[in-house]
Amino acid sequence: MSVARRLVGFNLLTACLLGIGGWYVGWFAAHAVVGPSLNFFTQVDFNELSLVMGYLCGVIGFLVGLGFLNYPLARLRGYPPSLREKETGGIGRYFGLCTDHKVVGIQYLVGIGFFFFIGGLNAMLIRTELLRPNHQVWPAGTYLTIVGLHGTMMMGMMTSGILGPFANYFIPILIGARRMAFPRIEALTFWLLMAAGVILETTIFFGGFPTGWTGYQPLGTQANPGIESYYLFFALVGISMTLLGLNMIATVVTMRAPGLTWTRLPIFVWGVLSTAVLMVLAAPVLIAALSMAVLDRVAQTNFFVSAQGGSSYLYENLFWFFGHPEVYILALPGFAIVLEILPVFARKPLWGYRLAVGGLLGVTLLSFLVWQHHLFFSGINADLRPFYMLSTELISIPTGLTFICGMMTLWRGRIRYSVPMLFCLAWFFNFFIGGLTGVFLSDTPSDTTTHGSFFSMAHFHYTIMGGLVFTFFAAIYYWVPKMTGFQLNERLGKVHFWTMFFFFNSTFFPLFIAGFLGQPRRVVTYANGLHFINVWVSISAFCLGGSMLVFLYNFVKSLVFDRVPAPADPWGSKSIEWQLPSPVPVHNFDRIPVFSGDPYGYGEARPTTVPAGAPAGMN
Amino acid sequence: MFSSDGRKVVTIWIVLSVIATPIVVLVLGPHLPPGNGSGQAHEQVVDNTWMLAILTPVIVLLAVFFPYALTHFRHRGGDLEDGPPLRNDNVVMTWWLSVTSLTVLFLAGFGTYQLLQNGSGGGQGPSPIAVPSGSKLPVQVIAQQWQFTYRYPTYGGVETPQLVLPADTDVELHVTSLDAIHSFWAYELGVKADANPGVDNVAFVETRGPQTFHVRCAELCGLWHGYMFNNGKVVPQSQFAAWIKSQQTAFAPVAKYLPKYSKTYYPDPQRRAG
Repeated sequence: MSVARRLVGFNLLTACLLGIGGWYVGWFAAHAVVGPSLNFFTQVDFNELSLVMGYLCGVIGFLVGLGFLNYPLARLRGYPPSLREKETGGIGRYFGLCTDHKVVGIQYLVGIGFFFFIGGLNAMLIRTELLRPNHQVWPAGTYLTIVGLHGTMMMGMMTSGILGPFANYFIPILIGARRMAFPRIEALTFWLLMAAGVILETTIFFGGFPTGWTGYQPLGTQANPGIESYYLFFALVGISMTLLGLNMIATVVTMRAPGLTWTRLPIFVWGVLSTAVLMVLAAPVLIAALSMAVLDRVAQTNFFVSAQGGSSYLYENLFWFFGHPEVYILALPGFAIVLEILPVFARKPLWGYRLAVGGLLGVTLLSFLVWQHHLFFSGINADLRPFYMLSTELISIPTGLTFICGMMTLWRGRIRYSVPMLFCLAWFFNFFIGGLTGVFLSDTPSDTTTHGSFFSMAHFHYTIMGGLVFTFFAAIYYWVPKMTGFQLNERLGKVHFWTMFFFFNSTFFPLFIAGFLGQPRRVVTYANGLHFINVWVSISAFCLGGSMLVFLYNFVKSLVFDRVPAPADPWGSKSIEWQLPSPVPVHNFDRIPVFSGDPYGYGEARPTTVPAGAPAGMN
Repeated sequence: MFSSDGRKVVTIWIVLSVIATPIVVLVLGPHLPPGNGSGQAHEQVVDNTWMLAILTPVIVLLAVFFPYALTHFRHRGGDLEDGPPLRNDNVVMTWWLSVTSLTVLFLAGFGTYQLLQNGSGGGQGPSPIAVPSGSKLPVQVIAQQWQFTYRYPTYGGVETPQLVLPADTDVELHVTSLDAIHSFWAYELGVKADANPGVDNVAFVETRGPQTFHVRCAELCGLWHGYMFNNGKVVPQSQFAAWIKSQQTAFAPVAKYLPKYSKTYYPDPQRRAG
């Protein structure tokens, strides 16, 4: 088959072409609806409906090009149902719609890694500006757009940072299934996220957006058309998150193998389940809030315009009702990864399994009851502040359970310091600092000073970067040998870890001081007295960026050039995924395994899992 | 109850906590933000000091536990060796849950008590609950892109570009906005209140001796958010009386164009933000 012949069909190339085509269809259609004529080249006022319609039709075109419409149409025409699509074939599987959960996991890893890298570059640009107290490098509007792009990309993309790559890849394996409950929806969540990422970056062609990742109203109403990219990005991320969460819940609830009772589930599966519940309950609120904001701009509604009877508080409440569970969507998978990996390298069973599960579920429940701590001084519900202070501080209790379970798992273990373990131990250090500073922020009187300052910014970088990104890398070093079949270089991994750990703390710890001294977030200027701290932080941040290059070098070198085959179980883990060949075959198991215990039987005689031997090739 | 390792860690923890907590409180406490520029700021320092005192033993616990566990239980050599299969310990768990719960409940209770004392300088919305007793000087803070102006309703509604407050006075700040959401942050006074269009957000501050303080916008409000700051002053009461008189004279020619004093304003004609 010639190359040209291969490029025709439902693949990424077609999707991009149809996406661009769709964009123009939407653009022209909206002009035809709104304007009396199509002479938009001479039009003075920007027709914003056309921009929104362009993006929406572009996304539809993109998905059609990938082939997401083929199956529904085939079913309408009476073809029999099928669950799998394009699962065989070579590298081409990774560039289109594929329902193999392992392919989707790797797609997620690369796709999210790419956008994480772009978001990180934005952080470098921010720190470049802050090298001097007065604004110099970027125009003020560009600076705010960079701040917004960094925040939105990280908060949006990284919601799926662990669930996307690692839950999609390993949840079916860990529960002894051959696929996710809804394989096509699984693929859809990934491609929606990629479309969203591109849409967010196109904001630079329409003036950027000044609102940061929170998109507060009525600032959003007066912003450049570029803010539509922010709305559509986050709404698409919200849709992707909701679907991903539903898929995870359905899979874990209905597809567990025989013997895998709730108390035998790996703790990672519990973490994914809790996160999925948060996604399903929180993300739709975000989609609703952003849809209303878009209507405010393109259809002249007044949901959030207080001069016309709307309320800016409505947006703040809707946003943070999503926004606070959102930060636990980012943090909880990290808890789960840490508790999953510690037993392997401490060579002990997970201590206090039920309490660890209780901790995860407790965080899930409480995270819906705390959102107004972002609004302590906004002027609503002064009398509810003690409640939100209490509920926020109560979250320390389930979080503390994660700590004690991890600590007692280490206790009297036989600890080995492999790279994944180092990242997990760093989680304790980082998240501890993040948690302690969170106590200051949750205390309403103290929050008067810390709210909206660099203190809170340092706090959430400690919890999200220190909590999520460190465990993201722990998961990469731990699981990528299984996903690809190749080892990652241990030495370079340790260089990556130590540089990242050192410069992460050197970057963000001084920011607590900057915040305590009165530097507000998201400003392009700061007081002269804070110059030294900011230069220190900027230089550390560049070095932190450099540590990511070490990782990138290691990743490419190990997987593309060195290609040292990984043994089936390099860590001596008793979990089921390590008893399969690396990389895992398409149908995971020749025969569905039967579980007789949890995967933490270190130092115990009994076997944990019986992957029953059976003829190969069974579907 | 505990193993010998456990007893060792607990002993070191208790001893170090007893030593470290007073040192941390005495050394760091006086430097905690936002200083003693007002009654409210002082209460925040008290809050921060208490939290630091309570959290120090927690920090010490982890600072003892991790180095101990990570060095003591390190396994060297290539072979895999399993540790003892300890899966639970009710004593440890009961202690841990009790101590964390009590700490958290105490912190929340203490914070609530402090909050209701004098409002801690935070914006409390149009119907505040923590109101200092006695007479108060009302001052309106009007935020707009990208500056603050201040209005003194008891002095004929004069509007000034700088905030000047009399010393040793209870001040009632009415914070509002004309366009986007801003946040009025007077760092040294320990005041922070969001400025929402159409909303009267009240915060209280009890000024102390004369000083200069910084005002910054603490909520992203668009293009020149980074430049939305100026200085304010707390001056002796006699000096304040002279200053406000000079302002009334200076701004008399424009005073008649100002809208009548009101809790909130909308730009005329009504328009969307910006």
